[in-house]
Amino acid sequence: MKFIPNSSIKDMMLEEMRINDVEELFSDIPKKIDIKKLDMPKSLSQQNTKQRLRRIAKKNKSFYDVTSFLGGGIKPHYIPSVVKSIISRAEFYTAYTPYQPEASQGFLQAMFEYQSMIAELTGMDISNCSLYGGFTALAEAALMCTRINRKKTFVIPQNISWEKKSILNNYAKGPGIEVKEVSYDIKTGKIDLEELKKHVDENTSGVYIENPNFFGVFEDKVDEISSFVKDTGSLFVVGIDPISLGVTKSPGEYGADIVIGEGRSFGNPMDFGGSSLGIFACKKEYVRQMPGRLIGMTKDTDGKRAFCMALQTREQHIRRGRATSNICTNEGLCALASVSYLSWIGGNGLEKLSRINFEKGQKLAESIELIDGFKGIFSGVHFNEFVIKCKKDANKINKKLLRRDIQGGLILDTWYPKLKNCMLFGITEMHADADIEKLVSALKEESHV
Amino acid sequence: MYRSAVYDEPLLNELVSSKKEKIKPLDILPDSLKRNEKINIPDIDETQVVRHFHHLSQMNYGIDSGIYPLGSCTMKYNPKICGEIASWDGFTGTNPYQDVSTIQGNLQVMFELERMLCEITGMDYFSLQPAAGAQGEFLGMLLTRAYHESNKDFERNEVILPDTSHGTNPASVAMAGFKLVEISSTKEGTVDLDVLEKVLSEKTACFMLTNPNTLGIFESEILEISKLVHDTGALLYYDGANMNAIMGKARPGDMGFDIVHLNLHKTFATPHGGGGPGSGPVGVKMKLEKFLPVPRVCKNKKEYFFDYDAPESIGKIKGYYGNFSVLLKAYIYILMMGRDGLRESSEIAVLNSNYMKKKLLDSGRYELPYKELRKHEFVLSCEKLKQEKNVRALDVAKRLLDYGFHPPTIYFPLIVKEALMIEPTESESKEDLNCYVDALIKIADEKPEIVKNAPNNTPVKRVDDVGATKNPVLTWNMI
Repeated sequence: MKFIPNSSIKDMMLEEMRINDVEELFSDIPKKIDIKKLDMPKSLSQQNTKQRLRRIAKKNKSFYDVTSFLGGGIKPHYIPSVVKSIISRAEFYTAYTPYQPEASQGFLQAMFEYQSMIAELTGMDISNCSLYGGFTALAEAALMCTRINRKKTFVIPQNISWEKKSILNNYAKGPGIEVKEVSYDIKTGKIDLEELKKHVDENTSGVYIENPNFFGVFEDKVDEISSFVKDTGSLFVVGIDPISLGVTKSPGEYGADIVIGEGRSFGNPMDFGGSSLGIFACKKEYVRQMPGRLIGMTKDTDGKRAFCMALQTREQHIRRGRATSNICTNEGLCALASVSYLSWIGGNGLEKLSRINFEKGQKLAESIELIDGFKGIFSGVHFNEFVIKCKKDANKINKKLLRRDIQGGLILDTWYPKLKNCMLFGITEMHADADIEKLVSALKEESHV
Repeated sequence: MYRSAVYDEPLLNELVSSKKEKIKPLDILPDSLKRNEKINIPDIDETQVVRHFHHLSQMNYGIDSGIYPLGSCTMKYNPKICGEIASWDGFTGTNPYQDVSTIQGNLQVMFELERMLCEITGMDYFSLQPAAGAQGEFLGMLLTRAYHESNKDFERNEVILPDTSHGTNPASVAMAGFKLVEISSTKEGTVDLDVLEKVLSEKTACFMLTNPNTLGIFESEILEISKLVHDTGALLYYDGANMNAIMGKARPGDMGFDIVHLNLHKTFATPHGGGGPGSGPVGVKMKLEKFLPVPRVCKNKKEYFFDYDAPESIGKIKGYYGNFSVLLKAYIYILMMGRDGLRESSEIAVLNSNYMKKKLLDSGRYELPYKELRKHEFVLSCEKLKQEKNVRALDVAKRLLDYGFHPPTIYFPLIVKEALMIEPTESESKEDLNCYVDALIKIADEKPEIVKNAPNNTPVKRVDDVGATKNPVLTWNMI
């Protein structure tokens, strides 16, 4: 049998162990539950497996078959070959969590560099070395706020991804945190500041805003929000799209205590939504309440620089039921892809990338808004995603676009009933001008039908 | 034998320095958000980036480097074909919100994988959403709560765990808001039925168990345990970290477990990636199906589709549909192994473990507390070495690095003093097992000062992790 070297010498090994039958090694399994065989197909050769998977892959249409303008978080980004080459190094790819630092210096140093870059990007003092994704990162942030200040109400905007909200509510149940929602301003697409102020009081553990928010719009009243959140003694949590940080201020500059986000766009493919990479950074005074793994710099017995997992006393394998989180396996390889990506693109490159995404976002929005039957509904400045209201049935429009190998925007009314026939469009550096023209001309024709 | 390269590799910001620079702000942005300074990340030439990470990789041990017998981690060989296929554009280039007609391939993989996992475990349904085993446990606890609440059984707030449980178990239980009740094990290292019976009550929500347990011992009284637990109205949870011991031999579903999580990055050979991405699917019996996360992948005559129509569902636990790239690799692995291959994996994993155990016990250098027959892993104690030579499990582990081997899990489970928890998996050859055994025997006979000063053949000597916690330096700005 493949991948099992001792298959062919099983009997010899048994003899050496003075055992007659391998079944003796399973004699502790009660007869009543002993099974002889699984009801599954027999093994497939590698060649046949590959052929079968080729047929399955053909039933998908990737971004290269159907040009996608979906917003809602996941969009295609360019992945330099360097990244793929680095994360394919089997020494990284096939390693476990670095419990033995002396045999894991490479991965540990890379994670230390990842933490350093994420701290730089977010304007925070420290970062952990990943959580499962941007969505669970918010949930972990909410739990952390309560650990820090013992308060039990967490305030979020209504316009965050419904999936994120559902995850947050599930995580909040354990410690009994109440999640309060603040509605958005239907004109600007930004959080309703007056309502936010009403919801935040001395029982508020933390306040969460996103920049840009789920509708692609920038929340610009950050200084005002930050100062009254502080005044009430609660913590300020900011969600980011890391690509936008090349041109926007880091949340650290406007007073965030915790910054979270989805880091997939740095060097990781869309992968149908997973794997993902949860960014989690905060001020250093909260380090002992952080969830997840932290890599620290230290010394070996010769005084030479070395790296290892730090503050493990917060973690489940030491503290068990009193750990700051249950995180064990996180998203190490995705973090490695991100640090490789950031090293490759550099600070200058990231600024350029950010500008391109911003500009493409403006160009696509302007082009669509010129078409009859499509109009932007929010006045706030947006990044590379934005909401368009369609005069006609948005579902029908998307079906028609699909026949032209275009995937239209994300239809919002299932989750946001106020936004009937509204689509969330998204665009990145991967979309050529020709792609924009293709979408625009298709929408024009559909609007005339 | 593995030998690490040794570099004094600079940090990226030492390789090329980066300084604060003004940039031209983006006019259209609101003033409160305009960035004025360049992000302080160094701009490095591609050649240097590649060499930097290449050097780092050469100072890292993976399963491709050699044997990696971390107990309870199932570090088996990760077939190359799985990674190659999972990197095809047809999979990586798909967006979770695409029209369902354009993702039929992905849905087929998820649908079929769910059926495969059900057959392997004897469960009725699976959710593929959890990103790791620990998140699977957390989901299991949410399902437990939803189940009891739907039965109007609101008083059940305790979860019972054996003292041998994985650290994530109590952490997940606590996160979900349950009270922990830890029970001691018998002299055989298994669940003490008398103790269990005493703590079970109308307050018990669930009993969480790993089988074989973390000592590598199969809980032979599992059917009695199951009866006790169910008689009080509680649920039985299976931590699948040790599933590699029993594939095709026995199934948690047949043992009476109501909820099961698996670790695809252990049992089903997906690479661990230095700490993820993983995947921790959760299987349930019929009575818990309605609480599973949305969406479920279903199939009608025409096509596969996502079903969100589940009013009693707990909602979501992870964005989108889980770590799809990991699901795909596990699906490919299971296809290749088939029913016979999976059974053979477990048989040889158990054979390898018992082979090593016997040789090490015969050597007389290490002791094996508790029952002798083990499954895929066994836990030795270095207590004798400690008493006689003041050599501890940590020292043995570090000395193994000098021999070019990755050490086993140490100091776990907590009920074994100076524990070495060894899980060779089915991937290792007899020769490699012998070399590992020989190294462990040699180490026991070496002068204590050699062992206590190890490692010496690694890029750095013994690392001061206490210092890293006392004075945390977590970014290059903190240096």
